[in-house]
Amino acid sequence: MVLLFAENSNGALKKPIFEAATYAYDLAQAMGTSVAAVSVGQISDSELQKLGNYGINKVYKISDSNLDSFANGAYSAAISEVANATGAKAVVLAQTYNGRAVAPRLAVKLGAAAYSGMISLPDVANGFATNRSAFSSKGIETVATSKDRLVITVKSNSYKITENATDASIENFAFTSNSIGYDAIAKEIIKASEGISLTEADLVVSAGRGMKGPENWGIIEELAKLIGAATACSKPVSDMDWRGHHEHVGQTGIQIAPNLYIAVGISGAIQHLAGVSSSKTIVVINKDAEAPFFKIADIGIVGDLFEVVPKLISAIQKYK
Amino acid sequence: MKILVCISHVPDTTTKIQFSGDGKSLNATGVTFVINPNDEFGLSRAIGFQEEGKQVTITAISVGGAEVEPTLRKALAIGANDAVRINAPATDAAFVAKQIAEYAKDKGFDLIFTGKESIDYNGSMVPGMLAEMLQIPFVSFATKIDLTSDTTATVLREIDGGQEVLNTTLPAVVSCQKDVAKERIPNMRGIMASRTKPLAVVQPSDNEAFVNTISYNYPPAKGGCTYLKADSEVEKLAEILHAKGFI
Repeated sequence: MVLLFAENSNGALKKPIFEAATYAYDLAQAMGTSVAAVSVGQISDSELQKLGNYGINKVYKISDSNLDSFANGAYSAAISEVANATGAKAVVLAQTYNGRAVAPRLAVKLGAAAYSGMISLPDVANGFATNRSAFSSKGIETVATSKDRLVITVKSNSYKITENATDASIENFAFTSNSIGYDAIAKEIIKASEGISLTEADLVVSAGRGMKGPENWGIIEELAKLIGAATACSKPVSDMDWRGHHEHVGQTGIQIAPNLYIAVGISGAIQHLAGVSSSKTIVVINKDAEAPFFKIADIGIVGDLFEVVPKLISAIQKYK
Repeated sequence: MKILVCISHVPDTTTKIQFSGDGKSLNATGVTFVINPNDEFGLSRAIGFQEEGKQVTITAISVGGAEVEPTLRKALAIGANDAVRINAPATDAAFVAKQIAEYAKDKGFDLIFTGKESIDYNGSMVPGMLAEMLQIPFVSFATKIDLTSDTTATVLREIDGGQEVLNTTLPAVVSCQKDVAKERIPNMRGIMASRTKPLAVVQPSDNEAFVNTISYNYPPAKGGCTYLKADSEVEKLAEILHAKGFI
């Protein structure tokens, strides 16, 4: 069996979970086995039934009050109990912050091989062989395992969601583990400014030092709002506190793979490209024709961003 | 207090990557190796504790052959007190985590710092595996770490859509990212001192890798960039974005 961890955010399932659900369903098909999901924490049955749209016909629901807030030790214990009870050969998680914290603990608990940031199915007939990006996208590594159990995290925005409608039956699962005594305790959540989460965003508008100062960000926010994009920035911009760290994409920031990445006034240092080169379509607007970003761009405009971006905004408004 | 800082020896981002003729390994000739940048944030934070007047000993540890020693010496130059090299190739996350866990289990470390991920494979697996093997708390993607007593710490971590404040007992594993501390450039005194600081070589415990490298390849070249004129073709960009269904 393939088991999906259906992580919820305040009782709701979000897009990365549906991507991971599709992945889990497709993996189960490839392995010739069944698929199910495990939910941990407070969530309504009707929300969990959405998993049925993606081929998940069984959900094990753990709603133990000790597991109301996320903790990687306790959650990995809960998921591993279901994995062991159902004999799951693979556990699939979305590569969210929480998914990334749970997966390694789970792999150790299950004695499983861990694959992270997957964008395609492994070769189930050939040691689960799979490719992964390495060395800041300068290489592709093919790996395989001799283990017969896997823990997989699925990269956000990288695996196409497909519908395979079925009814998801929900079964309450009693969590019995007493080995949950080693977790940090969450005290408070500080929300970032309202807006679209960067890792989940289909469209991202990003800007760099070419903006000359934080006071000029109005056109970036306007463009992003107009097309429903998240906003991002380069490392120098975040280092100078023009924008918050939560917007910094790149090697030491967030790595993203949106369908559209519009880079405005960013030269494209390799550390930046390491975080965005998986974007499906890249548009670069920069006054320097020699900017390295143009080498990986799909569409480029060499010009003054303070003229190009407002023009682009009014051109797009015609389609709205 | 004792802090263990895990150091991954990685090719510098700007270095040219070439694979051996048979495609089985990285050709290290001419490659510049550095401390994984994310690991440096944890090292810097540990040194920060010392500067705040806390009695802290910092041990840097890396799994690898003799080639990782210059990287460990750099950690010593930045300010680690001593270093340990586990003498085995760093094959996969499970192997590396197991080696460090075996070394650390009876040494009484209060905190173990890692980077949020290494920049060569970006797996982000070692810290959580290490915490699980040692059966201690794990806080991932930390942006701020403060000691609140000899046995407790407060950590801020990145989550989807914001940040979370956590209290943890020690010992604990914390994976660090930017904002935990600023990178430090070693000064001449640090570099001189690093030559005589202890660097122990420890033999690996016998543990197999879970994930094996089969081969390396180069990514396919990207098709060229279509240029549009800034003065007359911005509307065409909107047209293309519309045709592709983005707007």
